[in-house]
Amino acid sequence: MARKMNSETVLQARNIHKSYHKDRIEVPVLRGVDFEVTSGLVTALVGRSGSGKSTLMHLLATLDQPDCGEIHFQGERIDNAPRSRRDRYRNHDIGIIFQFYHLLPELSAIENVLAPTMIGKSAWNFFLHRKEARRRAEAMLDRVGLLHRATHKPTEMSGGEMQRAAIARALMTDPTLLLADEPTGNLDTETGLDILKLLTNLNQDDGLTILMITHDDSIAESADRCHRMQDGQLQQELPELQIA
Amino acid sequence: MHTDVLQSIESKEWYMYRWLLCFRYLRTRYIALASIISVTLGVATLIVVNSVMAGFSAEMHERLHGLASDILIECHASGGMPDPDGHLEEIMNVCGDDVVGSSASVHVPAMLGIDFNGQLITRHVNFVGLDPETYDNVSHFGRYLLHPENQSQVDFKLREDGYAPDREDFPGSGWLYRRARVAYERALAEEKARLEAIRKPANSLSPENPGPPVGGPSMQISPPQIFNENSEIAASEFDPAVEQFPGIILGISTCSTRMRDENNNVRDHYYCRPGDDVRMMFPNASDNAKVVNQKFTVVDMYESGMSEYDSTFAFCRLDQLQEFRGMIDPATEVRSVTTIQLKLAEGADLNAVRDALRRRFPPNVYAYNIQTWRDMQGPLLAAVRLETTILNILLFLIIAVAGFGILATFFMIVVEKTRDIGTLKALGASGGGVMSIFLSYGLLLGFVGSGAGLIGGLLFVDHINEIASLIEKVTGQEVFDPTVYYFTEIPTIIHPFTLVWVMAGAVGIAIIASVLPALRAARMHPVKALRFE
Ligand SMILES: Nc1ncnc2c1ncn2[C@@H]1O[C@H](COP(=O)(O)OP(=O)(O)O)[C@@H](O)[C@H]1O
Ligand SMILES: [Mg+2]
Repeated sequence: MARKMNSETVLQARNIHKSYHKDRIEVPVLRGVDFEVTSGLVTALVGRSGSGKSTLMHLLATLDQPDCGEIHFQGERIDNAPRSRRDRYRNHDIGIIFQFYHLLPELSAIENVLAPTMIGKSAWNFFLHRKEARRRAEAMLDRVGLLHRATHKPTEMSGGEMQRAAIARALMTDPTLLLADEPTGNLDTETGLDILKLLTNLNQDDGLTILMITHDDSIAESADRCHRMQDGQLQQELPELQIA
Repeated sequence: MHTDVLQSIESKEWYMYRWLLCFRYLRTRYIALASIISVTLGVATLIVVNSVMAGFSAEMHERLHGLASDILIECHASGGMPDPDGHLEEIMNVCGDDVVGSSASVHVPAMLGIDFNGQLITRHVNFVGLDPETYDNVSHFGRYLLHPENQSQVDFKLREDGYAPDREDFPGSGWLYRRARVAYERALAEEKARLEAIRKPANSLSPENPGPPVGGPSMQISPPQIFNENSEIAASEFDPAVEQFPGIILGISTCSTRMRDENNNVRDHYYCRPGDDVRMMFPNASDNAKVVNQKFTVVDMYESGMSEYDSTFAFCRLDQLQEFRGMIDPATEVRSVTTIQLKLAEGADLNAVRDALRRRFPPNVYAYNIQTWRDMQGPLLAAVRLETTILNILLFLIIAVAGFGILATFFMIVVEKTRDIGTLKALGASGGGVMSIFLSYGLLLGFVGSGAGLIGGLLFVDHINEIASLIEKVTGQEVFDPTVYYFTEIPTIIHPFTLVWVMAGAVGIAIIASVLPALRAARMHPVKALRFE
C-alpha cells in the first residue's frame, strides 16, 4: 500500500496519432491519445473490440511507431530511440503478455521463461549465469504456480497454464512495467478470474505496475485507474465516479 | 555426481536461444530432412568421385613417373651421343645439386619375332639397352619383373624356376622349362627322322604327299626356320639345354594376349615365356643403317600395368646392345648411348632443371630432346585433370540444387514461424538475432548434411571394392574389366584438403541458401508477425 502513494509516472503517451493504410484509404485508429501509467498501480484500458487498444499497446511497447506524438518511459523518450535501445526496452524494462499467449511451441515452459534472458544476454554471459537464470526461471514458474509443468511443451498445456507461463516469462527480467493485452480474452470466466487474481497479487505483493487492456468492464472495475478508448481517444474514468 | 552430469547436459541446452531454436527446428521440421539428404548425397558423391579420381591419377602418376624417370635426355641421331660420362659431367655442372641418380641407355625401335606353333609373330617394340646397375636408380624397373630375385636385382641370365610365384596360370618357365623343351624337341626330331627313314621308300611312290606343314598352326614345335641363321656364330656348337642367348626382358603384352574364356574368366595366353628364344631385328648405328638380326633368350617379363609400356618395351643389357649396334668406337673404345635419364632430389623443380639443361644443350646445336616425365605424359595428365574438374563442377551443381531445396524449405519455415518471429521481437530480439537463427539453421543443416555425407562418402570409399563386387554380382556386369585395366582393385586416395573444400563448399551453399529467408525473417514487421494467423 505504501508503494501506491508514490505516484511516479512510469510511462507517458502524448498526443499519439496512428492510422493504417489499406488500399490507399487511410484508416485512423488513434487520434491524439494522451495517457500515463503510474508506478505501482494497475491501470486498465477498456474499449470495444477494434477500438485500437492493441494498436496503442504495440506503440507503447515500441513494436510499432506512431505517426506523430511521443512516448516517454521514465522520462526518456522511447518511441524514436535507437533500435538497440528499443530492443533492450522490450527485453528488460517491460514485460508483455498477449491474448494468445505467444509461447514458442518448440520450447518447454521453463525454456520459454528463460527466453528473455537468453535473448538479452550474449551466449557467453548467459552461459556464465545459466544456473542463476535457471533458478530465477524456476522461481517465476513457482510464483505463477506452474513449477510442476516446467518441462511441458505449450501443446501439452491448457490455456490458463499457457498464460501463466507467459506471465512467468514476462516477469523473468524483473520489468518495471507489465503490459497485458486482454490476458483473459481467450479464457473461460473462471480461469480468467484466476489469472486476474494472479496479476492482482503480483501488483499488491510485489508492487508490479500493470497496464491491463481489456474489453470487459467488470475487469476494468478492479483496476486502480481506468481509461476508456473511444473514437480514437482516451478518457480517464475515475473509479469513484464509476461506483457513484 | 550423477546429477552433476545431468545438470551439465541440461545446461548446454540453454546455450543460446538461436542455437536452441534452430536445434529444435531441426528436430521438429522433417521437411528439412529432405534438404539434408540432398546435401548428404551431393557431398558423399563428391568425396567418392574425388577419391577414386585421385586414386586413379595417383596410381597413374606413380606408374608413369616410376617408369619414366624425372628427366629424359634423348638423342635423335641414330648413332646416339658419344661419351655419356662426359655428358653427365656437363649435366652435373649445370644442375648437379638436384641430381641424385642417373642412368644411360640405348633406345632403338625394333621388331620382335616370336615363333609360336610354327608361325612367326612379329611385334614392333621399343628396344632398350639398360645398365642393370643404375637403371633402377632413375625409374622403377625391377619391381615390375616377374621373378622375385630379378625384382631385387635385375639379372639378364635365365633363372632355374620360380617365375611369378603368385600367379597360378603362369606357365612353367626358366631353365627347367627350357631343358624340358629342348629334350622334347630333340626326341621329336629323332622320332621324325626315324619315321622319315621308314617312310622313305613309300614316299617316292606317292608324289602327292604334302610333306611337313609349313607356316600353319600345328602341334609340332619346330625350331625357327624363317630366320636366316647368318648372325649365329658356331650355331652347331650351341646347346640350348645348357646355354642361353643374350638375355631379353619382354613387356608382358608384347608376347601375350588377355582374353576371356567361355566361363568369362580372364586368361592370359603367352606366345613365349622365360626360357624361350626370340629374335630381335633392329638397325645398327652406322650412317648407312643395316638391320641387325639377333637371337635372344627371354629371361623375364615386365608388367607395369601401363599397357602403353607393357606392349611396347623390351629390355636387354646396355653393353650388349651397344655391341650389336656398333656403338663402340673401335679406335677409342668410347661407347655411345641414345638416352640419359636423371633422377632429381625430392622437391627439385623439374621444369627449372629441364630449362637449364635446354640452355646448355640448345636444340639448334644438339639433336637432343630434353623432357620431364610430365612433358611426356602431358596430354594424358591434362585429360585426367580436365575430367576431374568437369566432374567436380557437375557434382557441385547437385549441391547447388540442394541449396535451392534449402532456400524453398526455409521460406516455408519462415512463413510457418511468422508468429514466433513476432514473439521473439516482442521479447527484445533484434533483427540480426532473428536472422542469425535462420543462418545458424542453415549452417547446422549444412553441417549435419555434409557431415553425414562425409561419413557416408568415407565409408563408401573404404568399402568401394566390396561394393563393386556386389554390383558385379547383382548386375552381372564387371565394374572393372581386368582386360582393360590392370588394377585388380579400385584405387582410392582421400586428400584431407578435398574433404575440407567439399565440406566448406556444401556448408557455404547451405548458408548462402539461407541468407534470403533469414533476411526476410529479420525484416518482418513485429506487429504484422504477431497478428499473423
Ligand atoms: N495492419 C492493419 N491494416 C489495416 N487496419 C488495421 C491493421 N491492424 C489493425 N487494423 C485496424 O485497426 C483497428 C484497431 O485494431 P486493434 O488495435 O487490434 O483493436 P483492439 O485491440 O482494440 O481490438 C481495427 O479496426 C483494425 O481493423
Ligand atoms: Mg486487441
